[in-house]
Amino acid sequence: MIWFIIKRLMQTVPVIIGVTIVVFVIMQLVPGDPAVLLAGEGATKETIEALREQLGLHQPLYVQYFDYVSNLLRGDMGFSLKNNQPVLQEIMTRLPITLELAIFSTLITIVLGMLAGIISAIRPYSILDTVVMVVALLGISLPSFWFGLMLMYSFSVKLHIFPVAGWDSMLHVVLPAFTLGAGGAAIVARMTRSSMLEVIRQDYIRTARAKGVKERVIIYKHALRNALIPVITVVGLQFGALLGGTVLVESIFAINGLGRMIVDAIRMRDLPVVQGGVLVASLVFVVVNLIVDILYRLFNKRIELN
Amino acid sequence: MSTIQETDTLAVTQVLGAPKESAWRNFISQFFRNKAAVVGAIIIAFYVFIAIFAPLLAPYDPYEIQLENKLQSPSIEHWMGTDDKGRDILSRILYGSRLSMGVGFAAVAFGAFFGILFGLIAGYYGKWVDSLIMRCMDVLLAFPGILLALAIISALGPGMINVTIAVGAFSVPLFARIVRGSTLEVKKLEYVDAIRSLGAKDRTIIFRHILPNILSPIIVQGTLRIATAILSAAGLSFLGLGAQPPSSEWGTMLSGGRDFLFSAPYIAIFPGMAIAILVLGFNIFGDGLRDALDPRMKN
Repeated sequence: MIWFIIKRLMQTVPVIIGVTIVVFVIMQLVPGDPAVLLAGEGATKETIEALREQLGLHQPLYVQYFDYVSNLLRGDMGFSLKNNQPVLQEIMTRLPITLELAIFSTLITIVLGMLAGIISAIRPYSILDTVVMVVALLGISLPSFWFGLMLMYSFSVKLHIFPVAGWDSMLHVVLPAFTLGAGGAAIVARMTRSSMLEVIRQDYIRTARAKGVKERVIIYKHALRNALIPVITVVGLQFGALLGGTVLVESIFAINGLGRMIVDAIRMRDLPVVQGGVLVASLVFVVVNLIVDILYRLFNKRIELN
Repeated sequence: MSTIQETDTLAVTQVLGAPKESAWRNFISQFFRNKAAVVGAIIIAFYVFIAIFAPLLAPYDPYEIQLENKLQSPSIEHWMGTDDKGRDILSRILYGSRLSMGVGFAAVAFGAFFGILFGLIAGYYGKWVDSLIMRCMDVLLAFPGILLALAIISALGPGMINVTIAVGAFSVPLFARIVRGSTLEVKKLEYVDAIRSLGAKDRTIIFRHILPNILSPIIVQGTLRIATAILSAAGLSFLGLGAQPPSSEWGTMLSGGRDFLFSAPYIAIFPGMAIAILVLGFNIFGDGLRDALDPRMKN
């Protein structure tokens, strides 16, 4: 197991390097002179030239990239063009909010999705199964930004149960987390159902039935445990979609997280903030995938045997 | 017990594959057995119809501002009501179908083109070429969903064309993975060896003999990706990074409706429903195609 973790960690390093290269290259696509952009309108030629010198923009691209990475390693992501604050500082105040939202949404994805999937799999092809699967299909198809607005309209504007926007109390968490988690729950429900149905057809389940083991024990002790292994991977992949989704949900519910920070920065052409935000969100995703892979390995001992 | 003739026929069929006609018939019967998939196909056909005939179907000019008619609730005159500038929402949705579907198709075409190319090259040549291309694809997959698109838009600037490129970009690795896997399987088949031994060039083998045989998973992936592309593009327009007002793109319409959620919720309700039904159509159509074309992918 230790070797697997070390090997997996080693595999993550090139991906992280690749992510930094992609973010760096994308920022090179910005039309015009970055020094002019950073200096702002009305800057003198001398100022622009000084900035170019300071940022090393006259250097070849690969030198600029190494400078960028060495600055990153020192925790230096540059300064916001909007308020001149260090980008890392801005990210560190926003990231916990986004992570909190992502974790609550993941919990909703897991609990709701698995529950729906199990209910469907226990009575396959019944009316209940059909209803659950149709709802799941709708869940996958609904645009989260519309779903969020509709939840806001129903539960905040009409019923006054939850606050309209903000991030001050647990009540503020419910609607955004549900908006973000519902789509993932639909995917997990479909996966859990098909995985459960596949496991239920296996010989050892038939043997357990033949031995007279109670149906409840078969479902929860034997089938579910094995059926959940592929579901873990789906939950891991969903976390990525969820991190991306925070961009929309944070904008709808006026939550000052990382996603909203990136969108606001794009509108203001605050490129260092966009660059830092996208990089950090991607690194979080890489780390989550690493953890999911390790968990998958822990749960599925059969891989080790193979 | 089979006769010698039957055995010969079976052998020939196994070597040459089932006749095209019967494969097609098999696909059609498989597909039509799946009622949900047929419903999906009907939904898509309906949307394509309204996109083509929007000028004939729309009761009003979608861009004409009539402030005296602003914020009218759904009625006989305006089936879906009017927005804050007095524009007919139904007419705007009908015209918007062109933009929303267009960007979905274009983004997937962009992603599929590069993804197929990279996947074919990686799968066919293998070794370091494969490793290099697929590690690059892994890096692109390391970006969570829409974030890569946001990074690209931040560099290229907002707008429909840039959204199409950005949304297409994060489809590239998905196509590349699928095509690479299929290419690896197909290139081992005897007919590829036979063609190679006849002196065919790599380019001919890849594009004329391998590509046509791996189209099924590409079509399935493409259909399902259109749904995601429409959702992503609408999401980006909703954030103000895609189509710009007064465009009748559905995401832009929804964004405009946000400010009137308290007083005129229908401005946001109808464009969202239009997106959801179309995406649902592509999802169930894609599921049906997958089951009929590539049963191995079914789970």
